[in-house]
Amino acid sequence: MARMKFLCDSDRCIECNACVTACKNEHEVPWGINRRRVVTINDGKPGERSISMACMHCTDAPCMAVCPVDCFYKTDEGVVLHSKDLCIGCGYCFYACPFGAPQYPQVGNFGSRGKMDKCTFCAGGPEADGTAEEYEKYGSNRLAEGKLPLCAEMCSTKALLAGDDAIIADIYRERVTRRGYGSGAWGWSTAYKTGSAT
Amino acid sequence: MTFISRLAGVAMALALLIGGAASAQTPPAANDALLLQYLKQAPGDVSGRVTIPDPKSALLIQPEGRSWRASQNQIATFGAVVILGFLALVGGFYMMRGKIRIEKGPSGKTITRFQGIERFAHWLTASSFVVLAISGLNLIYGKSLLLPILGPEAFTTFSVYGKLFHNFLSFPFCLGLVLMLVMWVSHNLPNATDIEWFKQGGGLLKKGSHPPAGKFNGGQKIIFWATILIGGGIAVTGYILMFPFTAVPDMAGMQLAQVLHSVLSLGLIGVIIGHIYIGSIGMEGAFDAMGKGEVDVNWAKEHHSLWVKEQEAKARSGAD
Repeated sequence: MARMKFLCDSDRCIECNACVTACKNEHEVPWGINRRRVVTINDGKPGERSISMACMHCTDAPCMAVCPVDCFYKTDEGVVLHSKDLCIGCGYCFYACPFGAPQYPQVGNFGSRGKMDKCTFCAGGPEADGTAEEYEKYGSNRLAEGKLPLCAEMCSTKALLAGDDAIIADIYRERVTRRGYGSGAWGWSTAYKTGSAT
Repeated sequence: MTFISRLAGVAMALALLIGGAASAQTPPAANDALLLQYLKQAPGDVSGRVTIPDPKSALLIQPEGRSWRASQNQIATFGAVVILGFLALVGGFYMMRGKIRIEKGPSGKTITRFQGIERFAHWLTASSFVVLAISGLNLIYGKSLLLPILGPEAFTTFSVYGKLFHNFLSFPFCLGLVLMLVMWVSHNLPNATDIEWFKQGGGLLKKGSHPPAGKFNGGQKIIFWATILIGGGIAVTGYILMFPFTAVPDMAGMQLAQVLHSVLSLGLIGVIIGHIYIGSIGMEGAFDAMGKGEVDVNWAKEHHSLWVKEQEAKARSGAD
């Protein structure tokens, strides 16, 4: 069974934000919610890098650990998903997430959060695959259709890789070897520290 | 700082990789090992610039999320120790000392201890505190204690209402705190009487010991200040959490607020367990003070001798 991961090759990312747009469009993500974002560090200075970031689907996911209602679950492919029917919008997963992945619509009084929304690795939610209810809550389920996440699929420079970790790590390693440099797989040490070697 | 160290790491890795490439035929395994080593270095906070109108999202990686996560387990342990500790304490005390009786027995005559408004403030705070405490504890222990019993759907419904009540009941709780502070602060300033009261163990430890006390004795003053100060701290951190990223704009501040809110609340729950015990089953006649507002004169003389004298003096001067 594949272990699904994202890998952003920041030496290739040109900050075009196509991944962000693709994600918003594919899943009809509402205003104010960003499942994926591109962060540019060291902007305008030597060593500038852009990194596309979303939920990394961590090996030992902190969101799962801190959720007070246990609404998260992990698929056989290592994708971290959650049930919006069970989420109470407490915000704990946002404090625990190293990557700022969980997003909340603001509903009700005060700073009250609605049901959490995050990247699903284009794998939907607990509802039956490809149903209208699933689409309504979590967006499309491309994995069930045998497709990979759209953000990576349509990345023009193939900076963003999504798929089985052995394959994408190999691709990245080969690139680094060939071009002679690589500024690292962003977030991997944080997300997969307890997981497979890379 | 951490970013600089990361950059240094990048530079080093780069130099080594380029060095590796320059020496032409470095086996790929060496590069792999280098890459692996690089990837294993835990980076610190990394933040930059984003084009979406949400400045929070510029924080790319915050590994402190992991330590915050670990703190949640420590908080659960701390809370269990505090709550079970206080329960064991009052349980042990009850077994040793039993219910503290009015030594001279009830006189049948009563004296007004708390006015309606005072009791209102007390019960406003108390009732909201109980709901706040239960709904708060639910977030820490519900997953392991209630979820297996209720099942996921019912537990979520319970927790959603818990969150609603937790948010809204914070207001009456704070109103109660303010009322009690205004009405009782002058009676709760520490003085020499308290030193004597504590020296005699508050008269709790053995029969026949009744150190003098005013309207509030040393122990009650501790409850008062714990409620005001810890309760105030809980309120401040609670409102920070209720309006996320407003008063406190950054992630570290929000995480700290949550940890403080939990620790202070668990501490206050422990203190209040002691308070509830001595105000109910722990002492004969004590509940009447906040129940009916009228206490037996003999009880009052034993536990608040100076206050009784004061009241009697007041009554005499009023009668003239």
